[in-house]
Amino acid sequence: MDPVIEEKPSLVTPESPWIGAGQSYASVTDKIGGIVLTEKTPKGWFLGFGIAIIFVLILNMAISYLFAVGVGIWGINVPIAWGFAIVNFVWWIGIGHAGTLISAFLLLMRQKWRTSINRFAEAMTIFAVMCAGMFPLLHMGRPWLFYWMFPYPDTMGVWPQFRSPLVWDVFAVSTYFTVSLLFWYTGLIPDFGTFRDKAKNLFVKKIYGMLSMGWRGSAVHWKRHETASLLLAGIATPLVVSVHTVVSFDFTIALVPGWHSTIFPPYFVAGAIYSGFAMVVMLGIPLRKFYHLEAFITERHLNNMAKLLLATGFIVTYSYVMETFMAFYSGDQYERYMMMNRMTGPYAPWYWLLVACNIVIPMTFLWSHKIRTNTVSLFLIATTVQIGMWLERFIIVVTSLHRDFMPSAWGMYYPTKWDWAVLTGSMGLFLTLFYLFIRVMPAISIFEVRELVHKTVEESAH
Amino acid sequence: MPQIFHRSSNTIARVSIYGAAFILAGLGYLGWRVNFSSYYTNVGVHDPQPVPFSHKHHVSGLGIDCRYCHVSVENSSFAGIPPTHTCMSCHSKIWVNSPMLEPVRYSYFTNNSIEWTRVNALPDFVYFNHGIHIHKGIGCTTCHGPVGDMPITWKANTLYMRWCINCHKHPWRYVRPRQYVFSVTYKPPPNQDALGRRLVKEYKIKDATQVTDCYTCHR
Repeated sequence: MDPVIEEKPSLVTPESPWIGAGQSYASVTDKIGGIVLTEKTPKGWFLGFGIAIIFVLILNMAISYLFAVGVGIWGINVPIAWGFAIVNFVWWIGIGHAGTLISAFLLLMRQKWRTSINRFAEAMTIFAVMCAGMFPLLHMGRPWLFYWMFPYPDTMGVWPQFRSPLVWDVFAVSTYFTVSLLFWYTGLIPDFGTFRDKAKNLFVKKIYGMLSMGWRGSAVHWKRHETASLLLAGIATPLVVSVHTVVSFDFTIALVPGWHSTIFPPYFVAGAIYSGFAMVVMLGIPLRKFYHLEAFITERHLNNMAKLLLATGFIVTYSYVMETFMAFYSGDQYERYMMMNRMTGPYAPWYWLLVACNIVIPMTFLWSHKIRTNTVSLFLIATTVQIGMWLERFIIVVTSLHRDFMPSAWGMYYPTKWDWAVLTGSMGLFLTLFYLFIRVMPAISIFEVRELVHKTVEESAH
Repeated sequence: MPQIFHRSSNTIARVSIYGAAFILAGLGYLGWRVNFSSYYTNVGVHDPQPVPFSHKHHVSGLGIDCRYCHVSVENSSFAGIPPTHTCMSCHSKIWVNSPMLEPVRYSYFTNNSIEWTRVNALPDFVYFNHGIHIHKGIGCTTCHGPVGDMPITWKANTLYMRWCINCHKHPWRYVRPRQYVFSVTYKPPPNQDALGRRLVKEYKIKDATQVTDCYTCHR
């Protein structure tokens, strides 16, 4: 039994910015729970899932071939030994950051607008980290020996090289994944309890019963749940900043012009949150449209996320400007050449496309309230940001490596079809996981939205 | 609403949470033990040989020097497996009719090598040189174990990299005076630590940072 539903019905009467009018505890549960606890899976779901699965099969093929033949199937070679794999790794891991920011940071800040977007944003984090984690392993010469990166009691009597940022990466990413997963699961427990009680089918009841770990909704349970959530939020908050900082160390610790820069850690973190919020927008808008969740993901939510895009976009813009300025101000001929080469060299079109996608388009249009709250235009802008952020990592990785100190060591990087297969395949994997998630788990936190109903009604009563 | 789980689920759930930690730790320990078991390392396993050659009899009993058969041990990376001719240098005079030695005589007269089962083998990606170890005062028995007590030769050490590194990091624990390198009865004296440190200096064994460099063994 779920005592919350049985209590006196609270109705949100005047519309609140964060939740539509007419919502009660029961309507919240029915609406969000109904997406999962239904016999009828929408046709659109099957269509989207089917398309995503095709890309997973492409990924499977690309990885199988890679394992059989080796990284030579990719376009990487000296001097550009880091190609798409590292670009994709940094891109995906960055996308995850918005989920953590929303769930942990905004929880500690007691922001009400996190309530209806945190669950799918956290799922996005986990799936993005899974996609990201795949790439450094695929990029290894012998991926089946990946566990050598961990300090375990081996027969060789050697440790990983702790002075290498690549080892820090292993710890940063695995910690990030573990904490994100725990946080996500902790939040899901009360909702699994609701599903267990609401489900009709005994098998489904048992599955959600096991997942809810004996949740009874008692006051003691709620108190412990609250404490656990806050503690995990406290642990996750520094990760918002630290993970991408460590990822940026992969570059800054090296001496290559274009990598060896002190601005990288904050610049990477801002970029991560930028692309992450773009992804939340890109997932939230279709989710809201196809499942008719306008009452929960309101216009105000979209507006807030768009404003965050604007803010982080400005930090990113500032970083680009500073990076360019410092290249000239340093007086170092290699730094200067690196910058000139980015702007006028063989990869210049991509650099300018990056500037257009990350700076010009979002920074011009996101000022308008009309554009921010129009789902189509916001979706399109988020897409350009996503493309721009991918290009940013491409520019950092490739243009820095392809012409460093010695002209005799210069070269070009051309991605092969396998590079593209792995990139698009990882997107397919992400979408597949996300489709499965919205089908079997509550995409919006039911208990937190019920709490929001309660608070909204209380506040309007005063 | 009826209960969907039996009462025992509570216990099972609790046990599984606590148990998972122990099971994972147990699996890790098991993996470690398997890696160091003779099943995996072949240490102490008596592999069958075409001729039951006894080091115990030839080395301890008759006092034949290691180098009589393993001729290249001082100068080469490979210690050398003796040709059948070496066996026949004695066995053309003694035990000439022994049925045990039939494969030796067959090999000698047909000019086909005896196919011994290899006991100590290093992977090809390891550059190992017997000569340098002999000259720096590492005895045969340090790595090959009490060869003088082996009726059938067995592998005495894992030859894992961890095992190599252990000596390369602390050579003073294993080094012995050069004149005892081929002794199968040599026992480290009580003052091994002091003696070892003196010998390390005297034999100019390089310090750990140099002899544990990757390229020392992986060239």
